[in-house]
Amino acid sequence: MKRMTFAEAIDDALLSAMEEDERIIVLGEDVPMLRARIFARFGKERVLGTPISEAAFLTAGVGAAMAGLIPVVEIMMVDFIAVAADALLNHAAKVEAFSGGNWKVPLVVRTACGGGYGDGGQHEQSLWGWLSHIPGLAVVVPSNPADAGGLMLAALRYGAPVVYMEHKLLSESWLDFLAFAGRDNIHFWLPEEGMKGDVPDVWEPVPIGKARTVKKGTDLSFIAAGADVYRCLEVARQLEKEGVSAEILDLRTISPLDVESIVTSAQKTGRILVVDEDYKRFGLSGEIAAVLHERNVPCAYRRVCTEETIPYAHNLERETLPNCQRILQAARELLENEGPNRHP
Amino acid sequence: MMDLWHIYTHMFRSRLFEEAVARAWQAGRIMGEMHSSIGEEAIAAATVLQLKEGDAMLLDHRGTAPLVIRGVDMALLYREFLGHPDGLCGGKGGHMHLFSRPHLAASSGIVGATGPLAAGFALAAKRLRPGNVALAYFGDGAMNQGMLLESFNLAAAWKLPVLFICKDSHWAITTETEQVTGGNLIERVRGFGIPAEYAEGWDVERLWPLVQKALVHIRDGKGPFFIHATCVHLEGHFLGDPLIRVFRHPLKEARKLTSPLLAALSLKSSDSVSHRKERLEYLLKTIGKAAKQRREDDKDPVKRLRKKLLAENKNRLKEVEQQIRTEIDHIISQVERYEKEAKR
Repeated sequence: MKRMTFAEAIDDALLSAMEEDERIIVLGEDVPMLRARIFARFGKERVLGTPISEAAFLTAGVGAAMAGLIPVVEIMMVDFIAVAADALLNHAAKVEAFSGGNWKVPLVVRTACGGGYGDGGQHEQSLWGWLSHIPGLAVVVPSNPADAGGLMLAALRYGAPVVYMEHKLLSESWLDFLAFAGRDNIHFWLPEEGMKGDVPDVWEPVPIGKARTVKKGTDLSFIAAGADVYRCLEVARQLEKEGVSAEILDLRTISPLDVESIVTSAQKTGRILVVDEDYKRFGLSGEIAAVLHERNVPCAYRRVCTEETIPYAHNLERETLPNCQRILQAARELLENEGPNRHP
Repeated sequence: MMDLWHIYTHMFRSRLFEEAVARAWQAGRIMGEMHSSIGEEAIAAATVLQLKEGDAMLLDHRGTAPLVIRGVDMALLYREFLGHPDGLCGGKGGHMHLFSRPHLAASSGIVGATGPLAAGFALAAKRLRPGNVALAYFGDGAMNQGMLLESFNLAAAWKLPVLFICKDSHWAITTETEQVTGGNLIERVRGFGIPAEYAEGWDVERLWPLVQKALVHIRDGKGPFFIHATCVHLEGHFLGDPLIRVFRHPLKEARKLTSPLLAALSLKSSDSVSHRKERLEYLLKTIGKAAKQRREDDKDPVKRLRKKLLAENKNRLKEVEQQIRTEIDHIISQVERYEKEAKR
């Protein structure tokens, strides 16, 4: 076992995979500098800095993947994926289907996501629900260094397009670049337990499509991904003091969704609370409600999500993104008013 | 008519205001990124001061100088940066998303988006406000963004009244634009059938008549015009730019920057150490070049004009500067007093 930060783990797993597989290349804006360690090892033949032209270099990534490479295309922030949406929606996601399953697109789109550090509504979105809506795309959102490295390795071996999303609050290097920028007088909530952690000596893939039970419980199930996992942990600890046993499911993969783990947890606790930093409507939280309904799982359900454009001002931003107070309140509502254990 | 004293007043006011904003950012009172327009004042003054009522401005992530020079209340801007509900946008936009409807001024944090937005504003101007223009600001990094290039064509094909202003700092964050750009920018734009001319963006005396000529062309209904103006971002890409930080605070910052590089040297790998050394040298050279180019004092537009006016009339200059200093101090202290009271 070694200890690594979240960002180190991603780069480390990527580097070890590149060491073994010459087909893997990295391209994106500023990658020679942002991935200095990987650049130093592999040079500009395999670590290519791009112009600011997301539509061109992401679609080029699709082409390169079709023609035999395994490109890791970095879109600095997921918000900017909008500029290149066609590459994912109409190409990466559809080539396998169009070709009758004969032509696969082994592409990894690595992108930073999430907010809470004051960058405003064009730089802090999550959008994993929006991306998962598209058949043919896998979307992963790791919450700790071990999963971050393992999921990177799995994404590289997946053989189909994977959007790999790293939450900025978990990544020391993004935080240093965007939030602190050399300052030590900036304060906001951080998922500290996920920012650094044990990782295996040799990277093993973490299967795509498998959630992880962070904490077992019997009264209530939190379902979350990325930084939200740690908001749920904080709330679960608070509830524990009040005698409530909460389970936490870290989805790790948004698409394909681990329906079995969700159903199993819902059957056990009878109460589901989805905490989703992505937008509330037509997204992950609604999808979870739908699959539970389709499987006839009787359970009470609540969700805490982002409901509007993320505001810049920190107090408004905190209110808009899921926060521990909102989660705790939703949990209490579920516990007091609904579910099979209402009258113990 | 070009009145250098008048122009200097605006440039100096914008500079002092942004320096005050930078201090507030450094003190931890402004969250997230902060892209200063320090170094762009000559470009902002030469364009904005020649606009008429009803002309529109499409601003990138460095909107402060154009807005200040256009006459937007600096107290509203400062409150916006502090995330105050009484800010220009109710604290919801922040510095990258500034909007002032009465000034027809709108911002975008998405690189390149100002071009097509300006095309739309120009289309509306053509029908609703004949004789008015739309001005699009963007950097050299945006010059490779598809939507901007597409907007050149749109503006040319439809003869739209757009003034495209490329503020060329030679750098897109940590990437030297030259490394990721093909051909020559002026020739590229001329290829769309748009008249395109170059001026040193730190020399307001040369910029002013060029902008004047461009505006006459556009207002005459002859279609768009493109100005390529060089500039230096004296604060780097954003406040706390790591490439500049390392030179300002070497003890604190050097390790952060060099430790991943050194780690790359000690990796177990089939690749030779000398190869890796070469690549590291490339990165270090890039860092040094970025820092050097961003500290070229003779390209500071405010200092340049000041030197000239100082020789012309020292006492008048001191008087003008003192007046502006008092004005800015007054605005900043009033906002801060107001903020303190609001907190209480």
